[in-house]
Amino acid sequence: MSELSVKHLLGIKYITTEDLHLIFETADHFKEVINRPIKKVPSLRDVTIANIFFENSTRTKLSFELAEKRLSADVVNFSAGSSSVKKGETLVDTVNNILSMKVDMIVMRHPDPGACVHLSHHVDASIINAGDGTHEHPTQALLDTYSLRKELGNVKGMNILIVGDIKHSRVALSNIFALQQLGANVGVCGPLTLIPKPIVELDVKVFSDLDKALAWCDVANMLRIQRERMDKSYFPSTREYVKHFGLDQQRLERLDKKITIMHPGPINRGVEISSEVADGDQNIILDQVENGVAVRMAVLYLLASKIEHYENNG
Amino acid sequence: MKEKKLLGYQEVHLILQRLACQLIEDHQQFENAVMIGLQPRGIFLADRLLRILKDDHHLENIKYGKLDITFYRDDFRRSKILQANQTDINFVVEDKNVILIDDVLYTGRSIRAALTGIQSFGRPQQVELLTLIDRRFSRHLPIQPDYNGKQVDVINQQRVEVKWKEKHGEDAVYISQP
Repeated sequence: MSELSVKHLLGIKYITTEDLHLIFETADHFKEVINRPIKKVPSLRDVTIANIFFENSTRTKLSFELAEKRLSADVVNFSAGSSSVKKGETLVDTVNNILSMKVDMIVMRHPDPGACVHLSHHVDASIINAGDGTHEHPTQALLDTYSLRKELGNVKGMNILIVGDIKHSRVALSNIFALQQLGANVGVCGPLTLIPKPIVELDVKVFSDLDKALAWCDVANMLRIQRERMDKSYFPSTREYVKHFGLDQQRLERLDKKITIMHPGPINRGVEISSEVADGDQNIILDQVENGVAVRMAVLYLLASKIEHYENNG
Repeated sequence: MKEKKLLGYQEVHLILQRLACQLIEDHQQFENAVMIGLQPRGIFLADRLLRILKDDHHLENIKYGKLDITFYRDDFRRSKILQANQTDINFVVEDKNVILIDDVLYTGRSIRAALTGIQSFGRPQQVELLTLIDRRFSRHLPIQPDYNGKQVDVINQQRVEVKWKEKHGEDAVYISQP
């Protein structure tokens, strides 16, 4: 029997290629489930999941919550804005308080890189990282690679370009790990101030000219400029960024091939991607959103199977 | 492992013909009936019945789907069964007469899961169960077949294994004891 090699999903770098394939295969079945007239299965009916978000999120939180509810789990939501964290409680104390209310799984987003790993050393529940600072966002990378596989069949040998704010992007790092595990070649492109130097150690091609990068790639994943994480100015102006790194229809038309466009959202129309491209027929942005629910159902289902049953743990 | 042949080629084929005729008796042209094979093993039986209905009785357009019950099982986290098979039902079963098809009826738990699963595709008018082998006196739930190939009395330690030519090289039913 196949099962995941891990108890938590803390990042793509902690899971194996077999785990990736198992998640994708299971997600295929859940994709069929969420297209049925009644989109719900009872698998997780005796599992309680807490969504703990110490940072803003719209689609990830919604996607996780929908995935949990479609699996019939009981769901509690907690966001830092209205919590005791503001009153000085530590992360481990906060989570242990939630766990003492008999919660089995934690989905957590946190501004600090490594917060989920730290938590996994201190609590028994199964933890899913929904983004930890600039570190990893594993379920986004899973749904990105899953969507690409659906679109292209296989990503092995494909050239995948990630454009934009690589320095502050957890999506970029998780995507690099996932794509490389599946045999894709990964390139990054952006202002050099937003590309961390150690990235070359990950065997990633670095571009500073978007047109050259687009000519190289089969797929371009356009990232948002994360102003909320920027403590200083990394480029002179938004206008200049758009001129050099914004993807518009003219740039696409200059290419002698059709490339696939992705975006993890939220989109800043007119900045990293023009409206025409964002609404064009080359993008799979809304497929990514739909697949997000199926992939998260697969992750929750596979991890929940590892929670000990009450008969065995009293 | 000891193995005893319960049914051979001839018996299996006679039973399949009889089951097909019983279905026609109750559902005539299948205008309002749909056949749902349960993954993985019920599919072989359902495919065979469909072929007989088509080849011998000229019933060409019977609606047929495949249902996987993995996500509806009542032993998630208690057993090791995790990986699903394909569900392929491209119609709704609202107000239809659903005929669930599986090879062996044992505890009835799979059928319980199938009854829940099929509701994701609408509210059927009626649900019937067709099985090739009914293991008597071993039910955990109040579930009985409407169409049955053969009833057998076997103890819990024994296994009933249905073999199909397309998968195992022969049409037969065996009882084995580890």
